[in-house]
Formats: sequence, structure tokens, C-alpha cells
Amino acid sequence: MTVLVDKNSKIIIQGFTGKMGSFHADEMIKYGSNVVGGVTPGKGGSKHLDLPVFNTVKDAVNETGADASILFVPPAFAADSAMEAADAGIKICVAIVDGIPSHDMIRIKRYMRRYTKSSKMTLVGPNCAGIISPGKSMLGIMPGHIYKEGRVGIISRSGTLGYEAAQQLKNLNIGVSTSVGIGGDPINGSSFRDIIEKFETDDETDAILMIGEIGGPQEVAAGEFAKENMKKPVIAYIAGLTAPKGRVMGHAGAIVSAYGESAIEKVEILKECGITISKNPSVMGDTVKSVIEKM
Amino acid sequence: MVVASTEGGMSVEEISKEKPETIIRSKIEVAVGMQNFQARELAFGLGIEPDLIRRASDTIIGCYKAFSELDATMVEVNPLVISKQKQILALDCKMSFDNNAMFRRSQVSELRDKTQEDSKEIFASDRGLNYVSLDGNIGNIINGAGLAMASMDMIKLAGGAPANFLDVGGGATPEKIVKAFKLVTMDEKVKVILVNIFAGINRCDWVAEGIVDALKKIEIKVPLVIRLAGTNVEKGNKILKESKINYIEANTLEDAANKAVAALNK
Repeated sequence: MTVLVDKNSKIIIQGFTGKMGSFHADEMIKYGSNVVGGVTPGKGGSKHLDLPVFNTVKDAVNETGADASILFVPPAFAADSAMEAADAGIKICVAIVDGIPSHDMIRIKRYMRRYTKSSKMTLVGPNCAGIISPGKSMLGIMPGHIYKEGRVGIISRSGTLGYEAAQQLKNLNIGVSTSVGIGGDPINGSSFRDIIEKFETDDETDAILMIGEIGGPQEVAAGEFAKENMKKPVIAYIAGLTAPKGRVMGHAGAIVSAYGESAIEKVEILKECGITISKNPSVMGDTVKSVIEKM
Repeated sequence: MVVASTEGGMSVEEISKEKPETIIRSKIEVAVGMQNFQARELAFGLGIEPDLIRRASDTIIGCYKAFSELDATMVEVNPLVISKQKQILALDCKMSFDNNAMFRRSQVSELRDKTQEDSKEIFASDRGLNYVSLDGNIGNIINGAGLAMASMDMIKLAGGAPANFLDVGGGATPEKIVKAFKLVTMDEKVKVILVNIFAGINRCDWVAEGIVDALKKIEIKVPLVIRLAGTNVEKGNKILKESKINYIEANTLEDAANKAVAALNK
């Protein structure tokens, strides 16, 4: 989806010279992403993976024209890095980091209000797998080869469940336009609703697969948005039918604490919104197939 | 968001059902924190008499300070009472904290009492594994929280019940696989073990080596079902087959859940 990343996206890595940053920068470059450099404060002026290292995001943007960034900094510094990216004029920032305190996320969201809608950076994550537009660009940590090029959009809170879906689609010879991991935290930069809205206007996407789970209101918010505003079909799977109430299931945001947050309740509400439900995680691909065959 | 009600002693969920008109809400602007007028409005809204408003609003602001300065996810004072001597007292208080922020809140993390927690869950959290103990008898070792929940759902649909939720992390290293096997075999309820790994940044051959290594160190007396997918899946399955470990191979999520339940019934 060109609204998020494409072949022309110029990517910088924040936390470039660390172990995670180096490994995934290399993977992204191998996939064909246009990585133009990275930021590690104090190492500006040096080279890493044959690419320039900068002290600040502003320096990187000025020198390379970067418009996309991906964060591999430790959780304690992640909020600061995301705000630095926003202020330097980065358009899309993916926070892979798991473990950002919720109060820091609140602070980022509050800080971002200083920008007008057109100049505001899109933040995806944290605690996510990132974004891939198969054959174009990967701004994430997913295994690129399981994604076939095509016209289905995927949005998932879980990384591995998003991989599972991509693999099932590939096995059915169905491709993906863009897959977005929005992450497993209770407060995230982009919600399901934010991303399905982008898919609705994306002329490379015909149908959307939304992979949700227990906890939080965002699947329902996306369902209500889809009911009112969308023409493209939405297919959803919600994980956690067997999850006990009041326990955190791995993802910090995966906890049932209010009405409408359990898997059963979400499925019921989404059905009422006209969304096709994949009954279980092994038929996500088949359900998408049956929907697009009817189009 | 601050929620207040005159109906002390009841849970806020009950009040919102039975007496929703008694609930007062106030939205805080996090950039500046709670303001005096907001606390005053809440205090007046609760019907507190005028000469106690100052003290009541100090108490309310104190709660907000505790919430924001200790990285809490919730602060609940219930009930808040006014004594005959006109003192404002919090008779009970519950606080929840953000696990992700404990690195900078040592005064809170030191309060953790491990004797109050499930021993297997402590074993897991000390080793960087996400684990929740459940009632069933199929033990799970899975990478990724979403995939773990999805596998549990598949087990239930196949007629079984999961003994645990266990996420070994997106990049499941061989060391983590060994720890996960130790953890799952500690649970006496477990009658079958299901391993489901979708290798992304890690590779299946690497995961397979971890499994073979784990089975050299830990004796497993129950049937073992393994499903590998993703990067280098053929290599991974080859390593498992050649290692002569005793296991049942599965190809898909559904196949894995069905085989785990079938193994239970043998």
C-alpha cells in the first residue's frame, strides 16, 4: 500500500548499530527495502553495513531524504526516539520494541497532537512485526518469503498469527498487498480502525483480513467503522476463545476486563457489523478465499 | 479518566449497572495532569460539605499523582469515608501497575510477593517466558502470543483442553525451547505436549536442534506432537526425523490440535 511504504520509501534504522538493529537492517536490505542509513547518537559520521550513521534523526533526514523509520531501541528510550522521528518529519515509523511503558505511549500520543493531520507521522506498533508490501518494501521483522504479492490486506495484533495467515493465503495461491502488524500492547500508535481506513482507499487492496484477539475495544471500533464507511469486504479472526478472564495472555493488551472484550463477544459484535468471521485460525485463508470468490 | 460515585463499598461495575446516575467522570489532560478545579468538581459532585472540599480535592489529586508517578494502570480507593472527626480516610485501596515500567519503579517491584503466585508462573517469568497456568491437560509450547491463543482455541475445537498458555517469544532460541520443556513437564496435569512454532526470524532447523537438545536433557513420558512452519521447515523436520526422538509430526494448526487430542485418547 503506497500510503504506508513502497519501493521509493527511504528507510532509516533508529538503534542502527545494536545487535537487533544490525540484524534486521540486513534482512530488510536483502528483501529489497531501500534502507538509506541509521541513527545511533554518538556514532554519527561513521559507517555501518556500508551505510551512513547519524547522531540525530534530523541529520539523517537532511542528508538522505529519509521518510520512514524503524525503531530498535530499548523500551526505556523508545518514546523519545518515536517523538524525535515525528519532529524530524518522518512520515511513517514502526516501533518493533516490546515493553514500552503505557504512560510513555500516552505521552507520545499527546505529543503528536501538536502536528496537523497532514504533517503527522503515522506510528505503527509498538510490540509489532512491522509492515510489508510484498515485492516492494519491508519495514519490519517478518520472514519476507512467506508473503506472495497480491491484493489482500492483512492487519494483525499478533506477529506470528499474521505469518500464519500469510502462509495459508500463499498455499491457496492468494497474495497480499500489504500486511501491517499493529502490535500487542494496550495503547498503540495505529489501531485496526486507522489501518482499515487506509486499506479502504488503497487501490491495490480488494479485501481485508483483520486478526484480532481478546482485550481492548479496537476490533469493535473497526467493525463499526467498516459497517458505516466501507465497501471492501472485511474478514476477521479473533484469537483467545479459551483465554481466562482477567489474565494477561502474553501481549500486554490481551486481557479481558470489560464487556465486549472477550473473543466470543467480539465475534458476535463483528458479525452484526457485517464482517465475515473465520471460525478458527486454521481456516483464515479458506475464509478469505470464499469471500473473494464471491466478489 | 477519573470515575467517582457516592455508592461506596460496591464495585464500580455493579454501580454502573444498578445506579449509573451516581457515577461522575472526569477526563484528565495528561500533558498538564489533574487540575484543582477537576478535583473540586468531583468533590462537590460527591456531595461533600463545603469546608471539607479542600481536603477532599487534595486526596483526589494525591491519587492521580500516585497513578502517574508510579506508572499505575489503575488506582482504586473504595470506600473513601469521612469520619465523625471530619477526617477523610481511604479505607481500602487497590493499585495495578504496568509490568513494562517496573524497570524504573523499584519501590513498587520490590513489593512483589512471589509466595502469592503460581510457582510455575514464577519459574516462567524469571526465564523470560510468558506463561499462564490453565486447567486442561494438553501442554503447549508456542512462539508468539497470538499464535499461542489461536492454538489453544484449536485444541478446544478439537475437543481437548489446554494446560497452559506459553509464548516462548517471536525469536524462539534453542535455550528458550529447553526452558519451555522444563516448565511444561513440571506440570503434572500435562498428558500430551504440543509444540507449534512458526519460524520467522528464527529458523525451523534451529528450533528443531533446540527440541532435540531439550529431549536429551529432559525425559518426556507423554506423547509429543510437533508442528513446524515457516523458514527452513523441510530442514527442521529432517533434523527431527533423523534424531530418532519419539514424536508425532503435524503439518497445520488444525492437524496439530487434532493429533494432540487423539494422542490423549490413546
